[in-house]
Amino acid sequence: MEYLIPLAIFAALGILAGVLLTVASKVFAVEVDERVDAIAEALPQANCGACGFSGCADYADAIVNKGAECNLCRPGGEAAAKKIAEIMGVEVTAAEPQVAFVRCSGDCSHTPHKYDFDGIQSCAACNRFYDGSKLCTSGCLGYGDCIKVCSQGAISIVDGIAVIDKAKCMGCGLCAKACPNGLIAVRRISQAVDICCSSRDVGRVTRSVCPNGCIGCKLCEKNCPSGAVTVQNNHAVIDYDKCTNCGKCAEVCRVHAIRSIMGEKVEVQ
Amino acid sequence: MSYILILIGCVFVNNVVLSQFMGICPFLGVSKQMKSSVGMGAAVIFVMICATAITYPVYRLLEHFGIEYLKTVAFILVIAMFVQLVEIVMKKMMPPLYKALGVYLPLITTNCAVLGVTIGNIDNGYNFLQSLTNALGTGLAFTLALLLFSGVRARIENCDFPETFKGVPATLIAASIVSLSFMGFSGII
Repeated sequence: MEYLIPLAIFAALGILAGVLLTVASKVFAVEVDERVDAIAEALPQANCGACGFSGCADYADAIVNKGAECNLCRPGGEAAAKKIAEIMGVEVTAAEPQVAFVRCSGDCSHTPHKYDFDGIQSCAACNRFYDGSKLCTSGCLGYGDCIKVCSQGAISIVDGIAVIDKAKCMGCGLCAKACPNGLIAVRRISQAVDICCSSRDVGRVTRSVCPNGCIGCKLCEKNCPSGAVTVQNNHAVIDYDKCTNCGKCAEVCRVHAIRSIMGEKVEVQ
Repeated sequence: MSYILILIGCVFVNNVVLSQFMGICPFLGVSKQMKSSVGMGAAVIFVMICATAITYPVYRLLEHFGIEYLKTVAFILVIAMFVQLVEIVMKKMMPPLYKALGVYLPLITTNCAVLGVTIGNIDNGYNFLQSLTNALGTGLAFTLALLLFSGVRARIENCDFPETFKGVPATLIAASIVSLSFMGFSGII
C-alpha cells in the first residue's frame, strides 16, 4: 500500500498533465504558415537587419504575411532572393550586391588631431567633445564604432581611418548607421567612382585641415560628360543613376577627393 | 508586518542570486542587455508566483498521504506542465506578451530558482499568503540582480580589459564583486 499510493498519485498527476497539455494544444493551436519556416531556412541567418526587419525570422514572417519584397536580403544576395521567390511562387529581380565605403581620406599623416582623447574609446563618445579629436570636424575618428557592429570582420583601422575590405563586406549598412559622422555610404558594387571626403565646410576651411578634402571647386561638375556630379554645400555629390563610371571626375580632381577604383580588382564573394 | 519582512528579506538579505547562488545560469546568460533582463525578470516573477500557487495545494495533497519526501519530483512535474500550458494559452490569447516573454518562459521552466522558492516555502513553514509574498519577493530579487548586473556589464563593455580577461572571466569577476556588495545586507533582519 505504501508504494501504491505514491504510484497512483504520480500516475494521476502525469496523466492529468498530459491530457491538459494535449487539450490545450488542440484548443489553442496557432496556425503557422510553413512558408515562413522555409524562407527562414533560405535566409543566411546573419540577423544583420539590413532588410529593415529585426532579424531573419522577422523578415521571413514579413514576406509571407505583410507582402515584403523578396530581394531585400543583402548578405543572401541573388541566391537567397531566388530561393525565396521560388517558395513564394513569384518572379524576382535580384538586387545587385552592395559594398560600404568610407568617405574620408584624412588619415594620421594628412589630418592632425586637435587634442588627445583619453575617454571611452568610441567614436560616438569622442565626437561629443568639440566634434571629435580630429581637426576636420567631419573626418573619420578611428575609434572603430563601425568595427564593433560589423559581423563579417570586414573593417579595420589603417593609419587612423576605417578601411573596408570589399571582399568581406556584404553591404548590410550597419556600419553606416553606427558612424557618428555619417561617413560610410553603401553603394552598388559596380560603381567605381566615389568621393573620399564628407566635409561640408567651405573650401578654405577644408583645405586648412586636410589636403585630401573636397573644396567644392566644381571642376568635376564642369567636366562630367553625363552631368552626374553636382556640388552641393561645398561638396561634390555623385548621382549614381547618371554616372557611367568614365572616371573623368577623378582625373580632374586636384585634391584627389574623387577617386576611381576602376583599375582595382574587386573580388565579389 | 511579517509580509514586509519576507519581502525585504527576499530582495536584499537573502537575494536569490547574489546570496543563495540560485538561477546563476540566466543571471549570466540574459544580463547582456537591460531590455532582455527586464523581460526575463518579468517572466521569472510571473512563473514564481504561479508555481507557488500551484505547488502549495500539491504539497498539501502529498502531506495528506504522508509522502512529502517526493515533493521535488512532484514540483518539477507540476511546474513544467504549468509553464507549458501557460505558453500555449499565451501564444493564442496574448501574442504581444508571448513575443516579449516567449523566449524566456521555457528557459525558466525547470530553473533551480523557481524550484528553490517553492521548496523554500515549505521548509520555512509559510502559509499560502506568505508563500505568495515570498515568491513575489524572490522574483523581484532576481529582477533586481539581473538589472544591476546588466548595468555593470554595460560598463564592462566600454572598459579596456586585458585580452585574457575579456568576455566570461571579466563577467564572473564582476558578478562576484556584485555578490560581495550584497553581503552588506546580511544580518539586518
